[in-house]
Amino acid sequence: MTIAVIVFPGTNCEHDIIHALGLAGAESEHVWHRDTDLSGAHGIVLPGGFAHGDYLRTGAIARFSPIMEEVARLADAGVPTLGICNGFQILCEAGLLPGALVANRDLKFICRPTHLRVESTDSVLTRAAEIGQVLRIPLNSYEGNYVADDIDNVENAGDVILRYSDAAGHVDSTTNPNGSTNSIAGITNAGRNVAGLMPHPERASEKILGSDDGMALIEGFVASTGLVDA
Amino acid sequence: MTSREVADHMPDHEALGMTDDEYRDVIRILGREPLAAELAMYSVMWSEHCSYKSSRMHLGRFKSDQTWVVVGPGENAGVVDLGDGWLVALRIESHNHPSFVEPYQGAATGVGGILRDIFTMGARPIAVWDPLRFGPLDEPHNRYLFEGVVSGIAGYGNAVGVPTLGGEVEFADRFSKNPLVNVMALGILKRDQLVLSAATGEGNFAILLGNATGRDGIGGASILASASFEEGDKEKRPSVQVGDPFEEKKLIEACLELYDRDLVVAIQDLGAAGISCATSEVAGGGGMGMVVDLDKVHLREKDMTPGEILMSESQERMLAVVTPQNEAEVLAVAEKWEIEASTIGVITSGPDLVIYSKGELVGEVPAASLADDAPRYDRLAERPDYLDAVWAREPRVPDDLNAGDVLRALLDDPAIGDRSWIYGQYDHMLFLNTVIEPGHDGSLLRIKGTDKAIAVSTDGDSLRTYLDPRRGSARIVFESALNVAVTGASPYALVDNLNFGDPEEPGVMWQFTESVDGLAWACEELDVPVVGGNVSFYNQTDGVDIYPSPVVGMLGFCEPMPECPPRLDRAEEHMSIWLVGQDTQGDFAASAYDRIINDNLGGRPAEADGATARRVIAAAATLAHRIPVLHDISNGGLGVALAEIAIRSGIGMRIEDVTGPDLFDETPLRFVAIAHGEALETDVPHHKIGTVTGNTLNFGRAGSISVTEAEGIWRNALPRRMEH
Repeated sequence: MTIAVIVFPGTNCEHDIIHALGLAGAESEHVWHRDTDLSGAHGIVLPGGFAHGDYLRTGAIARFSPIMEEVARLADAGVPTLGICNGFQILCEAGLLPGALVANRDLKFICRPTHLRVESTDSVLTRAAEIGQVLRIPLNSYEGNYVADDIDNVENAGDVILRYSDAAGHVDSTTNPNGSTNSIAGITNAGRNVAGLMPHPERASEKILGSDDGMALIEGFVASTGLVDA
Repeated sequence: MTSREVADHMPDHEALGMTDDEYRDVIRILGREPLAAELAMYSVMWSEHCSYKSSRMHLGRFKSDQTWVVVGPGENAGVVDLGDGWLVALRIESHNHPSFVEPYQGAATGVGGILRDIFTMGARPIAVWDPLRFGPLDEPHNRYLFEGVVSGIAGYGNAVGVPTLGGEVEFADRFSKNPLVNVMALGILKRDQLVLSAATGEGNFAILLGNATGRDGIGGASILASASFEEGDKEKRPSVQVGDPFEEKKLIEACLELYDRDLVVAIQDLGAAGISCATSEVAGGGGMGMVVDLDKVHLREKDMTPGEILMSESQERMLAVVTPQNEAEVLAVAEKWEIEASTIGVITSGPDLVIYSKGELVGEVPAASLADDAPRYDRLAERPDYLDAVWAREPRVPDDLNAGDVLRALLDDPAIGDRSWIYGQYDHMLFLNTVIEPGHDGSLLRIKGTDKAIAVSTDGDSLRTYLDPRRGSARIVFESALNVAVTGASPYALVDNLNFGDPEEPGVMWQFTESVDGLAWACEELDVPVVGGNVSFYNQTDGVDIYPSPVVGMLGFCEPMPECPPRLDRAEEHMSIWLVGQDTQGDFAASAYDRIINDNLGGRPAEADGATARRVIAAAATLAHRIPVLHDISNGGLGVALAEIAIRSGIGMRIEDVTGPDLFDETPLRFVAIAHGEALETDVPHHKIGTVTGNTLNFGRAGSISVTEAEGIWRNALPRRMEH
């Protein structure tokens, strides 16, 4: 197996992420949520969408899908694991990443390009980027507002990898699109092999789409799977 | 069931929206009084919404015989050929009355319904556009409707996983109690994936897929969509369906897998009139019959009557015709995608649609009669009196107007100002096809793995159409064509949605037939086939008809796609600015200037010339392959077009030798081109009018405004009205 892209009923970015992983030289394939075997996967991606219709709460039902036990087993074993948007929400619900995502500050769905400042390169997602680098990557969510009970722990542990900023990398409340705590756009776990972010790097994978800044993240993730050389 | 029992169990035909003459036709066809369920079926299938009885005789004027048309009007969607086996399916619909009664669900189910029309054809839906009309936003109820409709489109479209690439919007008093919510959808497929709805094969099974059938939406087509509104009609809320985008998403994936594995003979979505419509269309369309057992239908509620099951408009349902050998596999695919499925019928040699419930016969009607024998009316059309009065109210435009002040007013208009308040709530990027996003003249989508791209623009112009339905309608087609041309595409096919008032009023019928003539003429001038359409009549509340509102969706096609398609944000210091196309000729009727500055609606719009249209549109499509900025001139004229480019590019302009009035003139078939260099290579009339420079929009003696100020007004036009 190559990189496993988990598909829940309601997932909708599963084709887009395979396209972007392919641009980074990696092969990947869809794995249905009722499957239970990921043996041989070099990496795992939980793509965006509305798994199980986002019913009850985003990710709340998806975390109980049969495949999630296997995702947790591999993530605990150090396999690079990435959650994008709804996938990030599911990883938080599953306890593989700290915190949770709640409704945007303005209670409106937001679909537009945002700027992200790289805060840490110590993760499977940001390893090929540079600290302070600003990436232009679209956001597309209603529940994109990151919260955590122990936000200081998250910050102090160095788990924050991406923050919303302006084009110059400046971060304040005016550059925060959705009210996310401390403008957090992406985080990693203590093991640094699990990462989640709300914006969609696969939507910034080619210049013709407005930006290819997302490839800095996708390529880093692919490199971390060992499928292509960094 | 005796006729006495019928009378006890069902409302009479009038309560179902059927006239005495139509009722007598049913008796003639059946040779007896209809049973309750039969009456229910005829009442819905013969409603204006389903049967097009007032419009059908006029729709033959639209032509669709071009060689690239694969499927013309009459199927669930039109289909055109892009070459190399690639097809595009497109369709437009309206959900006007449901959206007035319940804006969120009305708009949401409008999206759901049109997506089913697209994937019924075998296509994966890849984009949606939403043309909208509301009353003025200073009225709280209009804000409620506007906000609800936009959230409904976003809520359903985003969750179902089909990007919404924009649309267009107008605000005017006549839409206060009758907003328009139109929706266009487009899908893409390879030629061997095309599926049609007509059943074949005696003994094949009819399988109902998707949502359980409940009591929602009963009478939606006959009661809600085919009658005028009066005060107190909020009671019609139970006639609005409730949408579930998650169910639809699973249904899309399940159906696409069924097509991929070649498991269906035919398929039909359940829309207006639910099971009665789908079974009769599938059977009647193929010259076949069907035996249906309503006990097999998976229901959401107990104790539903046969009539209710047949008429229910519960959403997210499809009827697939499959061979008996494939039944088990089809049910397995449904199980995989976690959707319900029931085998409810068997195809017969015909011609009757025979329906059983609890072992009893509840209906036996010739399947084709529900569609083919529907009444057709040649409604009286008479030129309405209002025209002479409005033509006499000529717009006045002073020679010494201050262009800066006019722009301050125009850029603050909610239909001219930044509309990202709307489309920023829509996922418009999914599938990685979006090359030109909402906020430009037309959307441009690449087709991955090819050099092909398609462009779409939706356009309407209700006020201009009110002043002259024929000329106004023709100009919509030309404007839409120019909107796709500035992205590099050539006009290729069109769908139309004809929103009008009460067709039983001769003045409304005249508007309708004039509009059809204008649209048909303009399409023929451009050699653009009309591959589908929808008619929405009875857009009238408390005796007030809406402005006649034909809306078109133009599909453009290009191969190759421009390497770097024109955008509004690509103007740079020192670039030259040209005005290209028809000479400016003093056309202010229904202009933004007259509406906003004069608070007037009058005069007669100029007629657009077909030969000029062809030349200007072709020139734009050619220039788009090498010019960084092209922008159609429409609402607000040259002045607004230039301001939009300046704001989006964040840079000023010095404009020379353009008079104040010419800045706001709305003569059609003109566009702005901006590029480095002193010469523009094109064979249509053009002249340089200025240079990109500084941080002010400077119109010389006509006035000026800083780009920062213009941007602030423009960006705030919708938020300042909606967020307080």
